[in-house]
Amino acid sequence: MKIVAVCGMGIGTSVLLKMNIEKVLRELGKDGDVDVEAADIGTARGAARTADLVLTSAELVSEIGDVSTPVVVVDNFTDVSEIAEKLTPFVS
Amino acid sequence: MALAEHLVEDAIAVGVTASDWRDAVRRSGALLAATGVATDEYTDEMIATVEKLGPYIVLAPGIALAHARPSPAVLRPGLSWIQLAEPVEFGHDKNDPVWLVVALAALDHDGHIALMSSLAAVLGNTPLLAALRDADSPARVLDLLATEGSPS
Repeated sequence: MKIVAVCGMGIGTSVLLKMNIEKVLRELGKDGDVDVEAADIGTARGAARTADLVLTSAELVSEIGDVSTPVVVVDNFTDVSEIAEKLTPFVS
Repeated sequence: MALAEHLVEDAIAVGVTASDWRDAVRRSGALLAATGVATDEYTDEMIATVEKLGPYIVLAPGIALAHARPSPAVLRPGLSWIQLAEPVEFGHDKNDPVWLVVALAALDHDGHIALMSSLAAVLGNTPLLAALRDADSPARVLDLLATEGSPS
């Protein structure tokens, strides 16, 4: 399974989100089954097509555009429990 | 590695008065310039990022991670830290108002992973953030980040 964390520039917010997604996956015991990638908005559309799940912020959903991959909005990128709650249905 | 090792006192300001989000980002950028992390152009690029893509940099309640893409305006990877006297609105639906602006500069997509890992540990630590919000000097911010800011 592949998850893409998307932010505008691919150096800040998405890297932080990627780290917290990986932390959640470790806690769920799923880190061996899932690859997590950080992407900027320019590469997000391409990355989203080959991914199974996209996580991003509400502001950036429209920038990702029409993809068939499910897109999950995270409000608080530092809140591991929010990420766990939103991720669990997709990975378990 | 604790976040304090990526920051110097001159890159930290507390009790800063900012008139709006642009002013707050501008002040955080000025500290990057003052500490040789980036040039003033980088500050303009950070503001342009929000103008173009919206306030998504407000990644948690009260916290903005100001940044732009790697560019010639970045001299080395680094951070600045601005604690605002009065929180300002960035226009984010859920996470306004902002009391902490962390400005981030990077040279590429993965040369600052240790720094980001330390930052993630700090931003995920609610009691530490509460103490940082009350910190009354840059030295106090560094102390807090040194003692409790190690990645878990």
